[in-house]
Amino acid sequence: MKDIITLNNLKIGKSARVIEVKNVGSIYRRLLDLGFIPGTIVSAYLKSPFQDPIAYRIKNATIAIRKIDSQNILVEELS
Amino acid sequence: MKRIALVGNPNVGKSTIFNALTGMHQHTGNWPGKTVTQMIGTFSFHGEEYELVDLPGTYSLISHSEEESVTRDFLCFESYDGVIVVCDSLCLERNLNLVMQILDITPHVLVCVNLLDEARKKKVKVDLKALEKILKVPVVGTEARKKKGISILEERLSEMMQQKEGFQVYYDSEIEKKIETIETILKEKNIFVPSRFFAIRLLEQDSFFATEMIEKCPSIFTDIPIEELSTNHHFSQKEMREAEKIAQKVVTFENQNYQEAEKKIDTFLTNKKTGIPIMLLLTMFIFWLTITGANYPSSFLFDFFAELENPIFQILSYFSCPTWLSNLLVGGIYKTLTWVISVMLPPMAIFFPLFTLLEDLGVLPRIAFNLDHCFQKCKACGKQALCMMMGFGCNAAGVVGTRIIDSKRERMIAILTNAFVPCNGRFPTMILLISMFFVGSSRFSSIWEVLILTVIILLGIGMTFLISWILSKTLLKGVPSSFTLELPPYRKPQIIKVIVRSVFDKTLHILGRAVIVTIPAGVLIWILANTTIGNLSILAHFNQFLDPFGKCIGLDGVILTAFLLGFPANEIVLPIILMSYLHLGTITDYTSGSELQRLLLDHGWTILTALNVILFSLFHFPCSTTCLTIKKETGSWKWMLLAILLPTICGILVCFFTTLIFQLFSL
Repeated sequence: MKDIITLNNLKIGKSARVIEVKNVGSIYRRLLDLGFIPGTIVSAYLKSPFQDPIAYRIKNATIAIRKIDSQNILVEELS
Repeated sequence: MKRIALVGNPNVGKSTIFNALTGMHQHTGNWPGKTVTQMIGTFSFHGEEYELVDLPGTYSLISHSEEESVTRDFLCFESYDGVIVVCDSLCLERNLNLVMQILDITPHVLVCVNLLDEARKKKVKVDLKALEKILKVPVVGTEARKKKGISILEERLSEMMQQKEGFQVYYDSEIEKKIETIETILKEKNIFVPSRFFAIRLLEQDSFFATEMIEKCPSIFTDIPIEELSTNHHFSQKEMREAEKIAQKVVTFENQNYQEAEKKIDTFLTNKKTGIPIMLLLTMFIFWLTITGANYPSSFLFDFFAELENPIFQILSYFSCPTWLSNLLVGGIYKTLTWVISVMLPPMAIFFPLFTLLEDLGVLPRIAFNLDHCFQKCKACGKQALCMMMGFGCNAAGVVGTRIIDSKRERMIAILTNAFVPCNGRFPTMILLISMFFVGSSRFSSIWEVLILTVIILLGIGMTFLISWILSKTLLKGVPSSFTLELPPYRKPQIIKVIVRSVFDKTLHILGRAVIVTIPAGVLIWILANTTIGNLSILAHFNQFLDPFGKCIGLDGVILTAFLLGFPANEIVLPIILMSYLHLGTITDYTSGSELQRLLLDHGWTILTALNVILFSLFHFPCSTTCLTIKKETGSWKWMLLAILLPTICGILVCFFTTLIFQLFSL
């Protein structure tokens, strides 16, 4: 079993499996619509010039999220 | 007439489908109770007339932003005969989520799997037949940009409208029973809403739908036994899983690394070292093209309209038109109008297509991605960058564009600060003054012009950040709300279509608006300049009245009057200034740059005056159209007033400051 980390700590180019989405309110719903549910594979794709936000590949799309939100998403890194 | 709704995720080529189906038969529609205007198009097929309503792109019907709720409200409460759901074949799975939500509302659905050409290029295969079998509604594959598949889509519309049932997610038996109970209650109470969809939303404890239900039927929560409503089932997760299962059955990826090239471009455009400089260079390049490209057609139009002036006078006198009237018509209306056209049309006709090209390529979201950090520091939304960029074209368009921002507070910030970036109507004045006072006529003068213009624009962007920050510390206090930004794949833009579309949709639209406001403005200016009280015209009285204050901030009365009279359209500010200086009754065209500069210098202009006119042009009240748009979008005069005051105060302070500095160092 790999360590569980928050999504913002996932290194660029690495993939992970979503374990839990702890965001609340409308962002929870929005993340859900974009595919952030337990079990989905997500990979860190791009860092913006100021390091935040970070863009992730999920469900074949590229979605940028701010650190304030990605730190509420728990993932399990895949090797 | 059959009414069909067109929906889909953002960036799936929905408008291409819309254009392919309706061609030139489009108009904007309004429906009662809503201020939102939507594109409506008509077409006929096999003798049947169709009305197609283009709804805003949305990921889900359980939506957040103003724009998305338009789609939800239409599908839930309006009457229609069918829904075309446009899907992106590259991320079909996520799109299916929306399809399933719509299938909960109506079985009259046609699924249009678009962008098959892109999928083929990236070696992604979609089994449309299998998908149709699962969804139980017509599925059509299209390549809308090449108009492939459109006729099949049209053919299957009648099939869609006869559809009795479509695919529905089956939750477990206990949940299904609860859904059924609530559906029955809704029907008994004669509440005409899509019952299954609403029942699920009620079970999900979605606050929007709950409020909506209470409005329709105040007793709803006593009618439905509370134990029926209690569940902690994850409906949406179940929906997503179902979409995942379907996608696994119908989509095959033959090449997992299809996005390598894209990744390289992305890394280059958003890299720590290269990201920001490239954005700057790109902006400068666009302005350079606009400035140099607009020069020739502009002077051509000037000459052309000037040539026509005498013949028009002759025709008017032939019809024995009184002199004062022909003076008003030609000197007032014709001159103002042709000035605006000559100054505005060429740069817009270059700028808008270039901008649309960037939009089509998918560059704009990357710019928003790069700039988000700054907006986050100002406690604003990253999507504000997109509205800001639209503002470069037209501030009114930028204000409407803020609908993509979910949070009310952040949207308000975006609206109030939109006028801090100069629109197309203000560029000509700035460029002219820059070239006259700050750039000599050397070989590289256009490069210098662009450089200085870029500095001015950066100042505007900097002020946008500053004011956003101040607003979120004071009037619009709050924490930045969460947001997600999709970076769509790069797409080869259809150059011809982009040019045609941006010229017809944007350029002519804005020009038309400018023309409408310019005519009365032309009349007013002519009257003010030609009616005398004492031995001075009203305009001159105005100028004298404002002069002391103008001098305080390094301008003069004439300039301030011109800005006030330029309220309908910023383009006419400079011509009014010239007119006042020359004491002529009509707007004057600049015959040559050096003559114009001589005139301005003779009237006491210094480099400070030129600088302050540029700065005040950057920071002053938005034009009348933008103000009205702000009123419409915010629904309040108070916010509109603030949107006028903020940049104006800002401009006065900045000009005062520069004047002070110049005086201190007696430059």
